[in-house]
Amino acid sequence: MPPVLELRSVTKAFPGVLANDAIDLTLNEGEILALLGENGAGKTTLMNILYGLYTPDEGEIIVRGARVEIHNPNDAIHQGIGMVHQHFMLVQVFTVTENVMLGVESIKGGVMLDRQAAAARIREISSRFGLEVDPDAVVEDLPVGVQQRVEIIKILYREADILIFDEPTAVLTPQEAEELFKVIRSLVAQGKSVIFITHKLKEVLAIADRITVLRGGRVVGSTTPAETSEAQLAKMMVGREVILKVDKEPAHPGEVVLDVQHVRVRDDRGAVAVRDVSLQVQAGEVLGIAGVQGNGQTELVEALTGLRRVENGRVTILGQDTTHATPRAITEVGTAHVPEDRQRDGLVLPFPVEDNLVMNTYYVPPYARGIVLQPREIDKAAEERVALFDVRTPSIFVPVSNLSGGNQQKVIVAREFSRPIKLLIASQPTRGLDVGSIEYIHGRIMQKRDENCAVLLVSPELDEIMSLADRIAVMYEGEIVALLPAEEATKERLGLLMAGVREEAPVQVAA
Amino acid sequence: MNDKMESSQTAKAPGEPEGIDLQRVLVRKGVWQSLLVPALAVFTALIIGAVIIAVSSPVVLTAWKNLFQNPLGVLSTTWVTIRDAYIALFEGCFGNPATIVRAISTLRKTGESRDLLEALRPFSESLVTSAPYIFAGLALALGFRGGVFNIGAEGQLFVGGLASVYVGYSMSGLPGYVHLPLALLAGALAGAIWGAIPGFLKARFGAHEVINTIMMNYVAFRLTDYLLQGGPMMRGDGMPITPEIKPSAYLPALFPRPMRLHVGFFLALALAALVYWFLWKTKYGFEIRMVGANPRGARYAGVNIMRTIVLTMALSGALAGLAGTNQVLGLDHRLVRAFSTGYGFDSIALALLGNSHPVGVVLAALLFGFLRAGAARMQSVASVPVEMIRIVQGMVIIFVAAPEIIRGLYRLKAARAEERMLQRGWSA
Amino acid sequence: MKQSNQVPKAGRSRKEFIIGGAFLVVVVLILVLSRGTAGQRSTFALASQRGGVTIAAPDLVFSTSIALYVLGGLVAAINVWYFVWGFRRVNLVVVLVAAISIAAFLVWASRDKSINLTGMLVSSLVRATPIALAALSGLWSERSGVVNIGIEGMMLAGAFTSVVFASVTKSMVVGLLAGILAGWLLAALHAVLSIRFKVAQVVSGTGIIILALGLTSYLQRAILNNYRELNQPGPAISAVSIPVLWRIPVIGPVLFNQSPIIYFLFVLVGVTYFVMYYTRWGLRTRAVGEHPRAADTLGINVFRTRYVNVFISGMIAGLAGAYMSIGAAGRFNEGMTAGKGFLGLAAMIFGNWNAPTAFLGSLIFGFFDSWQEKLAILQVGVPPDLLGMAPYLATMIVLAGFVGRSRMPAADGTPYEKQ
Repeated sequence: MPPVLELRSVTKAFPGVLANDAIDLTLNEGEILALLGENGAGKTTLMNILYGLYTPDEGEIIVRGARVEIHNPNDAIHQGIGMVHQHFMLVQVFTVTENVMLGVESIKGGVMLDRQAAAARIREISSRFGLEVDPDAVVEDLPVGVQQRVEIIKILYREADILIFDEPTAVLTPQEAEELFKVIRSLVAQGKSVIFITHKLKEVLAIADRITVLRGGRVVGSTTPAETSEAQLAKMMVGREVILKVDKEPAHPGEVVLDVQHVRVRDDRGAVAVRDVSLQVQAGEVLGIAGVQGNGQTELVEALTGLRRVENGRVTILGQDTTHATPRAITEVGTAHVPEDRQRDGLVLPFPVEDNLVMNTYYVPPYARGIVLQPREIDKAAEERVALFDVRTPSIFVPVSNLSGGNQQKVIVAREFSRPIKLLIASQPTRGLDVGSIEYIHGRIMQKRDENCAVLLVSPELDEIMSLADRIAVMYEGEIVALLPAEEATKERLGLLMAGVREEAPVQVAA
Repeated sequence: MNDKMESSQTAKAPGEPEGIDLQRVLVRKGVWQSLLVPALAVFTALIIGAVIIAVSSPVVLTAWKNLFQNPLGVLSTTWVTIRDAYIALFEGCFGNPATIVRAISTLRKTGESRDLLEALRPFSESLVTSAPYIFAGLALALGFRGGVFNIGAEGQLFVGGLASVYVGYSMSGLPGYVHLPLALLAGALAGAIWGAIPGFLKARFGAHEVINTIMMNYVAFRLTDYLLQGGPMMRGDGMPITPEIKPSAYLPALFPRPMRLHVGFFLALALAALVYWFLWKTKYGFEIRMVGANPRGARYAGVNIMRTIVLTMALSGALAGLAGTNQVLGLDHRLVRAFSTGYGFDSIALALLGNSHPVGVVLAALLFGFLRAGAARMQSVASVPVEMIRIVQGMVIIFVAAPEIIRGLYRLKAARAEERMLQRGWSA
Repeated sequence: MKQSNQVPKAGRSRKEFIIGGAFLVVVVLILVLSRGTAGQRSTFALASQRGGVTIAAPDLVFSTSIALYVLGGLVAAINVWYFVWGFRRVNLVVVLVAAISIAAFLVWASRDKSINLTGMLVSSLVRATPIALAALSGLWSERSGVVNIGIEGMMLAGAFTSVVFASVTKSMVVGLLAGILAGWLLAALHAVLSIRFKVAQVVSGTGIIILALGLTSYLQRAILNNYRELNQPGPAISAVSIPVLWRIPVIGPVLFNQSPIIYFLFVLVGVTYFVMYYTRWGLRTRAVGEHPRAADTLGINVFRTRYVNVFISGMIAGLAGAYMSIGAAGRFNEGMTAGKGFLGLAAMIFGNWNAPTAFLGSLIFGFFDSWQEKLAILQVGVPPDLLGMAPYLATMIVLAGFVGRSRMPAADGTPYEKQ
């Protein structure tokens, strides 16, 4: 039987980057093909070509044996190709029904929208494939896992046979990911074919029938789970031996640096995001907060760093009450904050690299005397840091927006780590970075911890937490539901906790 | 590359041009490019203006009725109309070269300076007209850099004029070196307050400053009407004019009559230098620019956003207020009800043209000032209404904001890097 | 109209104090007004005269001081309730209190005199019409994600063009169509600049206003003043009365005896609401305005949607301008739109980007606009120029109070980049 989908020699270049280089790909009917590669390898670009969001410079797309031209998503949908995007393409203020029927609306009376007919069809698809959802719910009120179901229903509504999933488990707990895998297997059993994009090795081995590995825009290997291992896949992905687990010294925790007592914080919409959180971080240890994004971690970090109001409770850093302190005061106490969204919070993109390197220290000597800035001091400090932290940039005068994601993060790290700090709060520090940068930043964090700094690490990536943390807290629906030493943490146990399954033993507040 | 594309946008109010740090651009090649497009924009706008002049001139319109009988005559009439209009414009800007030369020889022969002063008068008028543009343009530029769109310059100008004229005529017995600075201060302060109010509303409530500043404009106009028409600031004879200010509050004139050039022009230049220094060399200026470029990042960096926004609007308002003060203390020495005709609004185009940088603003202000002064003569001599200049301004804004039009028109090729930088500067 | 990314508001309770304090101020003001009004009587005349026919309605006559005490007491009661129990829908209560304060002011203004309330309402609607049309114009554009500040310029263009064409052809219909076309032209320019060239929409809009101001003023000086017959479109479009309904006292003259353009406005409000929420076009438009990339991935042409919506926006703005010139004033005057375009945008924000509530907001602004004229005639004791500030101050207060609660289209103001 011919493959249901073939890509031949697909090439796509952007200014300065060859994103896809003569890629050949085959997908057989009823198969789950994993497309594996690290961030920046070209996976999403390739799938965007398939879905009509980009046009390839060269190459062919062959669907069910016939060559096709896909110039826009409509063409792709027409060919039965559907995509569940990594960042959901859902209009938050619309209902599920409105989101699903957008573009293929049911009409009654020639002009009016027929929401009922669409909702009926959604319920039918919902039950057929095991995707529970309320058609009349407003999307922004739905939890992330349910929103993803809406995305899947969207493409099934359009009768897609070839389904592309782009990093779907980024926002799911391990249990939810298992649920998703069940759904995908069910889809495949009913005749669909699936391409599953990911950079997570364990998932690939768990779900895929076949694996294609991309690196630097090229296909570097094709295999099956039976024929390979994590280590081999990692080597194919990165091109060299990869350290999968960070080597670390045992921790020597000292005094309590950060003390959080019964803190309550609200989110932007006024709902309680952090319910009643208490924790302590000691000098020389890494406390990792695990949890699926959206359970209050973002708001907690913002509250601790002065970017959000603490409604109740107390926060103390090195004995000083910083509950209602400004970000500047918290910085001056000796805190460093590597923010979750590096471009929105951590940098000023149009400003030159050197300005970003003194972004939160510009107002005191030596960078400023009185109200006047000292450009020579700033230049000197910038050059030093760029060299010390290996930031790849043409010069310290170019806008920081010219730098790659990894180097932008290095700028932030260079800035934050060049101060004498006692507390480091790092939120998703390696999001979207390539393996090399990830290794680097992990190394730097451990270095700080060994220098007796207290580190609070927040990340939805369990591997990262388990690799770096000495103690692990799990956050679920605004509360710390568990706190355990790293040795006792397994993926399964953490996964259950992240999904809200409580354990019998009471939660201890301090290690 | 992937993460750059999928990452969230810089969180800032849309529509604010991120002016490029000209200093940095000058460090690399591209000076030519960043001056060329605005220059061509003005040139193209003037050409289009010429067409409009021709099309709306009664002389030309009647001539075109006889197109087929006398095509050459028609063309020459059209050409003459346009030519005369722009010659009038030129002479209004700079003066008549022949007259100037003659006056210089008169001066050398007889030592009589009056002819020369008369001949150079258009040039001095151009400088005089440019001065308020510099103030207002700086106001807008500072606002843009700080992320606020201050369309209220017109209103701030009015209250600045009101405040300084009041100090000017109501206090007597003060020496010049006290009275004048006091009057200037009053104007700046009034403008600052007028700007700080919408600034506060924006900072505290998130109310968009475009609408609020426009509202403050109308409030300022009504306030002026109230004060000047049968109100407390009216001169005794019932005309909507204030009493004259005391000479100790004058911005001194630099030359004898009929030249009207006064210290205010140089005050404006000094202020431009001050604004440059403030924005790029001081830490408060750094904060203002940070808030303009990325308010969330600025918060993370510890900047007090609310205070900075209010400060930005206040400073912007103060500069605009000084524009009004300049007119009142330097020119009329009293406030007439319609003393400003659109300086505030024009300055928007000015700041955009000048890339929100003090150097650019001064150059653009000179351009607009010269054009406006010249347009007055164009109206009196060639019967071309002064509003032509506003049409030119509107087109300049459009051309500078969308450089592709000019580039396409003149088949310019831009070096890749500069292209992206410039584009980002205009289309946020 | 995008609101700046906000610092999280400091504490609910502070807002409560501000609102409660405002209520208290209102009570005090009403009490102050009531001083010295003992024995005076206020008269609200409700009768009206239209086309030679008098629609009789009884006058409302009452004691000034008692009325003021009642109104003041009402606000005081609301104030107490607010502090003790609070209100679920504070917005509505604020509007209510505002309405009461206005009523109190009118009562005070008419002490020992009579003001024609019906006349005031009629005049409010007439003055609200260009604002409402401008609000709808802004709505159509912004719902698809394109900020349109240039409405003021499009209105001016419409006003000018309709006068000229009506004068030449002696036909009001041609004039209206010409005005709509002029609005469309400028909107097309705005659309091309902001969608195709990705110019910052606020810049493009401002450029258009300046261009329109310049062109219309210039052409007026250059041409209209020389050819006066081009500024004589004939008498303004006269009112059309709907049979039977227009004789209803008070409501009749206000709602059913107006210019056909006002009737069109009513229809347009309904049509806009219906289209936005009940048709395919409306759904797609709103999707493009909230999450253009999502719409794009579903095959919706973001650019085309925005173009069409901006076109519609321009046409409505052109109509608004035409209404002001040939529909009301009967000629073109330089800068005659006098900020109505911006008031319309404020009404749109007040109405949370929905047609019916935006219309309500426009009525409020229209009311403020008319009261200063009526009250000036009455010689209320407050200088007319100061009264004239009212609509603008009201706008600012409205924006400050309502903005936090409104949800503007999420992608409003950002140019769409197709990758």
